[in-house]
Amino acid sequence: MTPELGQIALILALLLALAQSILPIIGAWRNNSAMMAVARPAAFGQGFFVVLAFVLLVWAFLRFDFSVQYVADNSNLALPWYYRITAVWGAHEGSMLLWIFILNVWTLALALFSRQLPEAFAARVLGVLGIISVGFIAFILFTSDPFGRLLPMPPDGGDLNPVLQDPGMTFHPPVIYMGYVGFSVAFAFSIAALLGGELEQAWVRWARPWTNIAWAFLTCGIVAGSWWAYAELGWGGWWFWDPVENASFMPWLVGTALIHAQAVTEKRGSLRAWTILLSIFAFSLSLLGTFLVRSGVLTSVHSFASDPRRGLFILCFLIFVVGGSLLLYALRAPKVAGGKPFAVVSRESAILVGNLMFTVAAAMVLLGTLFPLIGDALNLGKISVGPPYFGLLFPLLMLPIVLLLPFGPYLRWGKGEPQVLKRVMLRALLAAVACAVVAAFFVDGKLKAIAGVAAAVWVAVGVLLYIVKRWREMPRGRRYPAEMAGMLFAHAGVAIFLIGVLLSESLSATSDVRMAPGDTKQIGGYDFRFDGVHETQGPNWRADQGTVMVTRNGEPVAVMHPQKRTYTREQIQTESAIDPGVTRDLYVALGEPMDKEHIDGAWALRLYYKPFIRWLWFGGLMMMLGGFVSAGDRRFRVRRPANADAPEPVGAALLSETRA
Amino acid sequence: MNPTRKRRLIVVLLVVAAAAVAVGLGVFALQQNMNYLFTPSQVQTGEASSHKTFRLGGMVKAGSIQRSKSSLLVTFTVVDADGAMPVEYTGILPDLFRDNQSVIATGHMDNAHFVATEVLAKHDETYMPKELKDAMAKAHKGKPVPEGGDMGGSP
Repeated sequence: MTPELGQIALILALLLALAQSILPIIGAWRNNSAMMAVARPAAFGQGFFVVLAFVLLVWAFLRFDFSVQYVADNSNLALPWYYRITAVWGAHEGSMLLWIFILNVWTLALALFSRQLPEAFAARVLGVLGIISVGFIAFILFTSDPFGRLLPMPPDGGDLNPVLQDPGMTFHPPVIYMGYVGFSVAFAFSIAALLGGELEQAWVRWARPWTNIAWAFLTCGIVAGSWWAYAELGWGGWWFWDPVENASFMPWLVGTALIHAQAVTEKRGSLRAWTILLSIFAFSLSLLGTFLVRSGVLTSVHSFASDPRRGLFILCFLIFVVGGSLLLYALRAPKVAGGKPFAVVSRESAILVGNLMFTVAAAMVLLGTLFPLIGDALNLGKISVGPPYFGLLFPLLMLPIVLLLPFGPYLRWGKGEPQVLKRVMLRALLAAVACAVVAAFFVDGKLKAIAGVAAAVWVAVGVLLYIVKRWREMPRGRRYPAEMAGMLFAHAGVAIFLIGVLLSESLSATSDVRMAPGDTKQIGGYDFRFDGVHETQGPNWRADQGTVMVTRNGEPVAVMHPQKRTYTREQIQTESAIDPGVTRDLYVALGEPMDKEHIDGAWALRLYYKPFIRWLWFGGLMMMLGGFVSAGDRRFRVRRPANADAPEPVGAALLSETRA
Repeated sequence: MNPTRKRRLIVVLLVVAAAAVAVGLGVFALQQNMNYLFTPSQVQTGEASSHKTFRLGGMVKAGSIQRSKSSLLVTFTVVDADGAMPVEYTGILPDLFRDNQSVIATGHMDNAHFVATEVLAKHDETYMPKELKDAMAKAHKGKPVPEGGDMGGSP
């Protein structure tokens, strides 16, 4: 009975979403308060039913309801309860339900915290979110029903894909969806602003905290995904330029451009149309990303089976959202354009250059990711684009950003002073060169590692000098408002990230070796001794577990236990063993038994020494923290009368404060 | 030409130059890194002869996997409906690599056999990559194939 309840809940949610999308937008157009007032109750109602449907699916998993096809496909009696909960989003149907669940979390948050917004504006924002919701719930109901029955009911189910049975996977999809879906809020604000025309200029300030939070979640999700790929896929890499990774990375790139462009628009009124365009792109790429991951149109290391009906629906929905919003943009953007002029040397210019690079990088990734589809359509053959394409172009595009990033804050809005900049840059340059020279002795002259140290020091010194400058020049309590503190955190995170990426990429040592028990192999100064393999057992798997003793100069460092697991349905999964450290990770993965008869017990082993790799995730988490801290700025929470259509430059009073 | 126009002209020229550089680099990088997919029979008819590095897709022939006694060298045969290609690979094979599994190997030809630098098998064992399915279906028809597939495909 409960699965049918879930279906009914979704249908009711669809009806309420229709009400939430149509009535308030018409109401805002016709200035009809009664119709606009429908938005919040409809949003609450829709939220209730979507949450109910989601809970019912979780419930079906928890009580092994194998009469539900989706449950039977993705879980079994031996699967532990925590993986039965995560199995809810382990395949296509459930992840779509998770998507709509999270959209409703955002919508509810917005409905609760938008009371200070002008009535018509809030109605439009909620209306746009309602439209997105209609599209997704319809998609679930018509093509991807998670509550479909399976009769006769099987005694036991299939299995959750073993790669997904990992702690990282328990929170990676929800977090990354928080990011994807969060951009729908920025999108809704932009569309509402376009619909409202020139009346509303303050909307960017209202949109900023939401965009920052979404961006922070997406950052966190990408970091978690990268960590998962490193720990779980058994290849020791942290980024593969795989279509699925690119799918989450493109919205991140555009989102990063967006949060900076929003700052310009809010403080100076310039780049308004560009900000709107970016939020349309960010959300469109999020939609594209969601679908690329689950629809299986692209061959990827972790894509799943596809269904052409879904593809068609998705394509129509994408065309509707992207086409519709761009059409609206073309019609209305000229009305919202404006703002103050700025000189070539100014904070606006610096941000604009960064924006340009991020956007071009996103376009580059998009081209590389979709090229196989384009090639297919143009009869060019079955093509895939290799990682070196991204590996060559991406660093080139990011170089100007890394060079500019630490110095943006020194530049004033409107017109900056080149002399101040020169002084700071000179110091950063000296520090970077000095550190690079010192580092060169430690890294055997590897250029990439030296460049990494230099770039990281360049960024870090720039950020530190700015922190000192604020400390000296501003009175206590006004030194680091949350918005600025967030920016400093994120920029410092970039420095840490650079260290992690460039040092681990250039100094890693790896070896695939055949080892019999007792064999020793030295990598990166560590001795790995293989002590054989024995059988072990888990809740729903059995495994060959290896033992590897690691020593350094005779001192024991770690005992590592890599596994080769066989799950209930004979799926084989490598569980690597990782000995983490601040300056290095040791990583061991079991390959395969080299002699089937087990005479000498030799196995293929993959051994890694990965220096500083943890820094890149830590840097990513710093960026995430920056996003959250910025969003908490008191300025964004200031209540203002609902009918004041602030014609004066927004945040003018705070300009002097943010000026250094 | 007044100063404003002159400045604008400079800006426009810079933008055009930057775009040209970006497009040039992009096309170059793309050309260097495009890997085509061929099945064994397509390779045998010489379709892949103009490509140094390409991807070979097909099924692992049952019983063809041979391990070296002393190193990580492994040889196996990749087959499609009417072709077979011996493959040489040194390293660790993916978890799902086994007999009758669909695989995609990246590498180059060395005389009559294929030397792989990377071997991929899909995570989902019931699922054959769409591009591979298309390529094998096409090779099976045995018709002379132009450069690519005749797939409209799903969006």
